[in-house]
Amino acid sequence: MDLDLSPADEAFRAEARAWLAAHVPRAPLPSLETAEGFAAHREWERELAAGRWSVVSWPEEYGGRGASLLRWLLFEEEYYAAGAPGRVSQNGINLLAPTLFEHGTPEQLARVLPDMASGRTVWAQAWSEPEAGSDLASLRSTAVRTGGGTSRSSGAESGRGWLLSGQKTWSSRAAFADRAFGLFRSDPAGAAGGKPHRGLTYLMFPLDADGVTVRPIGRLDGKPAFAEIFLDEVFVPDADVIGEPGQGWRVAMSTAGNERGLTLRSPGRFLAAADRLVALWRERADPADTALRDRVADAVIGARAYQLFTYGNASRIAAGGTLGAESSLNKVFWSEYDITLHETALDLLGPCGELADTAQDAPAHGSWAEGYTFSLAGPVYAGTNEIQRDIIAERLLGLPKGRR
Amino acid sequence: MWFLPDDAQREFARSLNALLTAADTPAVSRAWAAGDTGPGRRLWTRLADLGVFALAVPEAYEGVGPLPVELALAFTELGRHAMPGPVVETVAAAAFLDRLGDGTGTAAGDWLPGIASGKTVASFCVVTGGNPYALDAADADAVLVVDGDTVRIAESTGPVQPSADPARRLARPLGGTVLARGPRVTAAAAHAADVAALATAAQALGLGRALLAHTVEHVRQRTQFGVVIGSFQAVKHRLADTLIGLEFAEPLLYAAALGLAAGDAADIPAAKVSACEAAYAAARTALQLHGALGYTDELDLSLWMRKARALRSAWGSPADCRARVLEGARA
Repeated sequence: MDLDLSPADEAFRAEARAWLAAHVPRAPLPSLETAEGFAAHREWERELAAGRWSVVSWPEEYGGRGASLLRWLLFEEEYYAAGAPGRVSQNGINLLAPTLFEHGTPEQLARVLPDMASGRTVWAQAWSEPEAGSDLASLRSTAVRTGGGTSRSSGAESGRGWLLSGQKTWSSRAAFADRAFGLFRSDPAGAAGGKPHRGLTYLMFPLDADGVTVRPIGRLDGKPAFAEIFLDEVFVPDADVIGEPGQGWRVAMSTAGNERGLTLRSPGRFLAAADRLVALWRERADPADTALRDRVADAVIGARAYQLFTYGNASRIAAGGTLGAESSLNKVFWSEYDITLHETALDLLGPCGELADTAQDAPAHGSWAEGYTFSLAGPVYAGTNEIQRDIIAERLLGLPKGRR
Repeated sequence: MWFLPDDAQREFARSLNALLTAADTPAVSRAWAAGDTGPGRRLWTRLADLGVFALAVPEAYEGVGPLPVELALAFTELGRHAMPGPVVETVAAAAFLDRLGDGTGTAAGDWLPGIASGKTVASFCVVTGGNPYALDAADADAVLVVDGDTVRIAESTGPVQPSADPARRLARPLGGTVLARGPRVTAAAAHAADVAALATAAQALGLGRALLAHTVEHVRQRTQFGVVIGSFQAVKHRLADTLIGLEFAEPLLYAAALGLAAGDAADIPAAKVSACEAAYAAARTALQLHGALGYTDELDLSLWMRKARALRSAWGSPADCRARVLEGARA
């Protein structure tokens, strides 16, 4: 057992550090949940890609560096330590790309990935529906086979493909994104027969197509961080089906594993946040306030624990293992940790803790307030923490399934 | 980087687990609590035969150590089975004597080979840390007491002060002759306290794992309202949280052990507080989910629960550990 980095890993880390030191914007970008901030973050993705740092773990042919999981973790540690911006392309890179690598055709990989890597195409996820949240398999949006002909909504000629109809919601980034991916019911027989996971198809679709209406939804602080997507016979060609039609649930679950696993929230992000919290505590706190001191210490401990837990998982994966239900441990841990850390920061800020990130006087350019709002969604999305705890109890501890 | 126990380390832990599983440690622990240390001493010797105490003793004194990673794995197994006795204090005494080396005159040579072989059960305390008690001092072959920059071997002990854990027989060490004095004593004592904190963290992790496993077993069998109580979400979620606490404490323990092997104690306080909090949370979960049965001393699992409470305070309180974490933090 060791925590040693090879000289090649150290060199990789040093190269990343040097590039980031030279390129990370000096002033923080505006919130990526605004039109202006979204554009600025997209431009940052382009710059990252030009340095070949936007998708380090991908193969070189798609813009990556073929980096191991360990090197990806090292890159992320350097990335957030450098104070680099949040990743507007995260949904595509962390959720869609792993699915494409596992189930996509060579044509799909070549068409989708380079534009994702450069930020030219920013992706939104489209899983949830008004009546399908934690119980995702109860989704009702449909994909109907079309053998070519005319779209009722647009009147345009279409080739062989699918017509998407229905409503998606809580689609992160959809207010400003270019394309989206999600599940659609292509065979109603499964749901009718009490097997809702059957007959689903995983599709990619453009958000500016005829028949698509995007209605931004203001999150808790009012910023349009997600959106509803209304689809009315939106034509999608066969080339945009991922995996086999009807096999969408199985295909999507490989993404869910990734999402909850290692890639959604890298430890580097929390290590950097904990460092900033300690600096804030040293600057602002009353040393006699040991209650606050203990909370700051827990933030430091939690970031280190999450980093080490992830190193252990990286070793397991490097040895040919996989992450299954174990990724639920991760998801509950980081999502609750993130909130606690930001609550501690806001408490340290005293009367300034209530200032919105948009306030002129907001400390640290509003990053604590923005981070707090962002963190509040963590226990809800990517599978609620209630669902994660069910998975932990049933699959890791062997407890029987019960009523949800 | 390979941040998982390797095959040999796993095999070592498995062999200890097998030995302790067959040893009926609840009976050994209850006997120890009643002052009958015979079964405990016999088990101690068998653990020594598998190399547990030699891990803290260098080769020059007939040991194989110091090997902090293996020590952490071994103490996880001791905790898993609620092994009684001053196991932590014995390896801390070994680390102290090893670090002090020639400064003790003949003490290192006198005591270390016996600790490695299991013949010598030692206790150790640092009264300057605010703790006047040495664990199982009355039954130990040697009690080392650090007070400021002096260390003495105690002559006798005060009356046993019962602990939250009945198998922990605390007593004040009394009298004795000064063995060594000076800054080397202080430095060696700080090192020994780090080894003790690491071993305690490991013990706590093992305790927590056992508490969780036994509680899971219970809720899979206990039926109410016509179904097993383990099918209720309130029960499941509490157990899931208990597992999360333990799973995230374990890598801190391993990193602390690796650090100690390289002379860096930075991760030790985080490992100590995390493992002890996780174990204590597991004890509270076990108590709650066993219902009234969990509140009885008749239930063997109570030995684990009560030890989890005691270990929180031993070798670094939660507040002490958190303060040390921030002393060592970056930024």
